Amino acid sequence: MTDTFWQAAYIIAALCVVFSIKWLSSPVTARRGVFSGELGMLLAVVGTLLRHEVVSYEWIAIAVVIGAAIGAPLAYLMPMTSVPQLTALSHAFGSLAAALVGTAEYYKDVAAGDPTTGFKMLAIVVESLLGYLTVTASVMAFGKLQELVPTRPMTYRGQNVVNLLLFLFALVLGVWMIVMPAPPWVFPTFIGLSLLFGILLIMPIGGGDMPTVIALLNSYAGAACAAMGFALENRLLIIAGALNAASGFILSVIMCKAMNRSFANVLFGAFGQAQATTAAQANTRPVRSATPEDAASILASARKVIVVPGYGMAVAQAQHKLRELTDALTKKGVDVRFAIHPVAGRMPGHMNVLLAEADIPYDRLFEMEDINPDFSETDVALVIGANDVVNPAARHDKNSPIYGMPILDVDKAQTVMVIKRSMNPGFAGIDNELYYMDRTLMLFGDAKAFVGEIVKELPKT
Amino acid sequence: MTNEIEVSLYVLVLAVPLGLELVRRVSPLLHTPLMSLTNAISAISVVGAILVSGAANPPMISKVLGTIAVVSSTINIVAGFLITDRMLKMFKKKESAGK
Repeated sequence: MTDTFWQAAYIIAALCVVFSIKWLSSPVTARRGVFSGELGMLLAVVGTLLRHEVVSYEWIAIAVVIGAAIGAPLAYLMPMTSVPQLTALSHAFGSLAAALVGTAEYYKDVAAGDPTTGFKMLAIVVESLLGYLTVTASVMAFGKLQELVPTRPMTYRGQNVVNLLLFLFALVLGVWMIVMPAPPWVFPTFIGLSLLFGILLIMPIGGGDMPTVIALLNSYAGAACAAMGFALENRLLIIAGALNAASGFILSVIMCKAMNRSFANVLFGAFGQAQATTAAQANTRPVRSATPEDAASILASARKVIVVPGYGMAVAQAQHKLRELTDALTKKGVDVRFAIHPVAGRMPGHMNVLLAEADIPYDRLFEMEDINPDFSETDVALVIGANDVVNPAARHDKNSPIYGMPILDVDKAQTVMVIKRSMNPGFAGIDNELYYMDRTLMLFGDAKAFVGEIVKELPKT
Repeated sequence: MTNEIEVSLYVLVLAVPLGLELVRRVSPLLHTPLMSLTNAISAISVVGAILVSGAANPPMISKVLGTIAVVSSTINIVAGFLITDRMLKMFKKKESAGK
């Protein structure tokens, strides 16, 4: 009787999980998606607690209380700019759970005098490798995003060789355990190697590549969960893990395309090198600059404006001022839209969340492919805190490190305005020819302060 | 046993394309919530953690590891779902946005 109950609960939970992602496809149904996901999780947990294998509840109850007490403040106190960090941290916890369960399963069988080999061990090996690797890799990613660890790529000679040898060593140990019962030192060594490998994987990766990394770690965490499903013969875990792995995989492919990286490069974690920066040659070409008053009058007389926000906008906390500017211009009858580059932010879709937080309606946010044809009919393109994603060199300069990267065609607008602190080249150290065009006005200053001044000047125009 | 594995493999090969298809339909607008939601869902590994931690007479090491696993997957579940909902609450259309 109880068996039927948890089996039914699992099947409904699987259905809930599938619909959860389906409903997330549109902002209208998205919150229903979250609810469905929560329901699925609840059913899975309750169903599991009622299984006859589960006999003691004290430790579980204490563990759940501790976990909730840590998780809830994390979710409520993190500012929206830190969502990537929180996600990285969450990955670390989730994959730690997967890895520990694999380890516990292994030792349970060892203690029972029945060392695991064969298919179950294969599942445990995959689960532990991906799980432990994702734990340290996520912690490293968290450190880089939070700038606790240097964000620049850390490379040394022979790095790929060292990584490859370590990986092969781990692989040999893994195969050993699958084929025959291995001596007691093998599994702990295997765990140590997986943990180490996670660190080495993230070390050579620069801060700008974090969107891809987070998506990839999401995928690994899902794969570890699916592997656990095989080890425990639990199909709910396989389904949920597979969905998660697929999701992370697609997102990292999208991020790769947006940054013009090959996916093979990412899989082996060696994509830090591609960021080798060509030093921007000292450029003394003249630029045209403008005051907030000039900017306000140009914006007020425009019919169509496209704002291009980059992560610099979020760093300066300018999104609320930007909302005020949008409201003021809209009131004057100006059509204001936002162009979002896929890598604007620190994780896929991050910029949309930051703008939504500032109450900018989501039907004003447009993806790169949808809005690029409209730039030529746009009066003003206002670039705030974005640099590489609007650099025309990506289209024509074969020597540029960002050549081939899809960009927003800002340079086709009638007038381009760029809010920037100074003429220092940006994050990747690449000079941007956009700034030297005749139609470009440079607005020098702090993004938040400058937008604020434009808003103040607008009523006078 | 072999039959069990076979069924599980069928589940896997069906679930992966389903996942790819579902995720492809998600608007890029919601990619961050998508990621935190799938992140929360992957914490369904709590099921395995409960089975290990609540089992009858497990070796001490399994019990301890399982309990830590319950703690960390609960963190993942709670943080993942709450932050997703917090983000989605902010997405508003023009009519309802602003004051």
